[in-house]
Amino acid sequence: MTSDFIQLGYIVAAVLFILGLKGLGKPRTAVRGNALGAAGMLVAVVVTLTDNRILSFWQLGVGLVVGGCIGVLLAVKVQMTGMPELVALFNGFGGLASVLVVGSSFLEVQSADVNVAISDTFTIAAAATALIGAVTFSGSLVAWAKLRESVGSFGFAGIKVVNAALLFGGIVLGALMLGAPTSTGLLVGVIGCGLMLGVTGVFPIGGADMPVVIALLNSLSGLAASATGFALGNSLLIVAGSLVGASGLILTQIMCVAMNRSLPNVLFSDAPVAGGGADADEVYAGKVTSTSADEVALLLDTAERVAIVPGYGMAVAQAQHAVRDLTRALEENGTEVVFGIHPVAGRMPGHMNVLLAEAEIDYEKLIEMDAINPTFAQTDMSIVIGANDVVNPAAREDPDSPIAGMPILDVDKSQTVVVIKRSLSPGFAGIPNALFAADNSLMLFGDGKQAVADIAAALKDV
Amino acid sequence: MTFLIALLLFVLAVFLGVELISKVPPTLHTPLMSGSNAISGITLIGAVVSAGAEQTVLATWLGVGAVALATINVVGGFLVTNRMLSMFSSKKKRTK
Repeated sequence: MTSDFIQLGYIVAAVLFILGLKGLGKPRTAVRGNALGAAGMLVAVVVTLTDNRILSFWQLGVGLVVGGCIGVLLAVKVQMTGMPELVALFNGFGGLASVLVVGSSFLEVQSADVNVAISDTFTIAAAATALIGAVTFSGSLVAWAKLRESVGSFGFAGIKVVNAALLFGGIVLGALMLGAPTSTGLLVGVIGCGLMLGVTGVFPIGGADMPVVIALLNSLSGLAASATGFALGNSLLIVAGSLVGASGLILTQIMCVAMNRSLPNVLFSDAPVAGGGADADEVYAGKVTSTSADEVALLLDTAERVAIVPGYGMAVAQAQHAVRDLTRALEENGTEVVFGIHPVAGRMPGHMNVLLAEAEIDYEKLIEMDAINPTFAQTDMSIVIGANDVVNPAAREDPDSPIAGMPILDVDKSQTVVVIKRSLSPGFAGIPNALFAADNSLMLFGDGKQAVADIAAALKDV
Repeated sequence: MTFLIALLLFVLAVFLGVELISKVPPTLHTPLMSGSNAISGITLIGAVVSAGAEQTVLATWLGVGAVALATINVVGGFLVTNRMLSMFSSKKKRTK
């Protein structure tokens, strides 16, 4: 087949990707958008198979079958609570695939006739792919491990300097390749810098900042594909990769705004220092009221409007199904139930929405922060499940607080607030939560799932 | 393809991507991320050529590895996105 045929196929695929991404942006068209994206991919792969450089199909087939089976298995087996890990893992695979493609082309160029000039574009793009792809791969693996809670966060004083040195080193080695475009050592050096940078860059970032990291890695996996396109002179790789890179950046931006922090602040700051603002004993002393499931059920029995505010704790406790049962029980009782979703609740963008959808809670009940905040004053009870910093009124009231200025859900304005939590331990920001000591707040200490189930059971007996 | 044409494509696509995504409801953040992640598996078409072309053994097997990884990304990404989205829609029908 001619390369014109392939190029035409690529244009069709690019259009399908654009329509697919557009569709994914609206609830009504999202399923179709995803299907269009998949169709675009199919077109792209099928026309590529007609490339006359492809002489042997069996190894290719092995790769496709093995990858396809693993992909199907992962996609079908995953629990919705495991979604952040899976997204991180897929990001990493995409990054590594780009590195391998460039490595393969590099070897091909290296073994070719010495008289063939190697273009600077190829060299720069190959080095860029190696660096970005390697960062994406190792960074995603670290993010994956952190999300599984197999590893914690670590950092040391000079880690920023190390990161800067690794980035600089990768760029310098890449630039040196312009003088020695066939040097395997330099390319491996670039990959090595990237791999280490991914590790040292993601390790110190705390759990609550994970939505930003996941969105950013998503963007990087797109940019790696785009850089691969520059190296191979492949228009579709450039277009599709940069579309994904841009959309990932937008998501990253949305997450940063929701935390009132800048991207450099998330990436390069040390974890927020405890001690800014008020200290715990001062805030809590004698003011924390604890409650029981029975008491909460009594209050709920007469409530007309209830807002449930979930956080990462709900995911950890796998409490989403218990929450669904409680919601049903309340609705049978004639109570209106809504959910207040903070944009960075959980460990990836949209995490709470996915969990609640799995528990078959209508997404129209999930209200965004800006829309629900004015309604808390008319809410009889807010139930906070496993959320902490995103409902801390200190963000609004205490200018000295480390989280001052972060947009929060104003649950403290509702008539009664019930906070379901294991203890008074601070959230990620490491600061006490004035909400827990507020006059209208009741603490229900215990495991999220059990506590919600107890309330639902008690509600039936009221 | 000259470098400048490639750069033009890149810049235009970045702007297009920003325009396409700038208004997405939070409910769709996760599916959007996993769906766009599947699209970034487009590196698969580069991998296909690397794995199938007649070249050194090492280069071919690097290509095969890339095909496998990119296919996981593509197939898994689109499937899991579809699974998530069908949860969003099916429960709507049930409650109505």
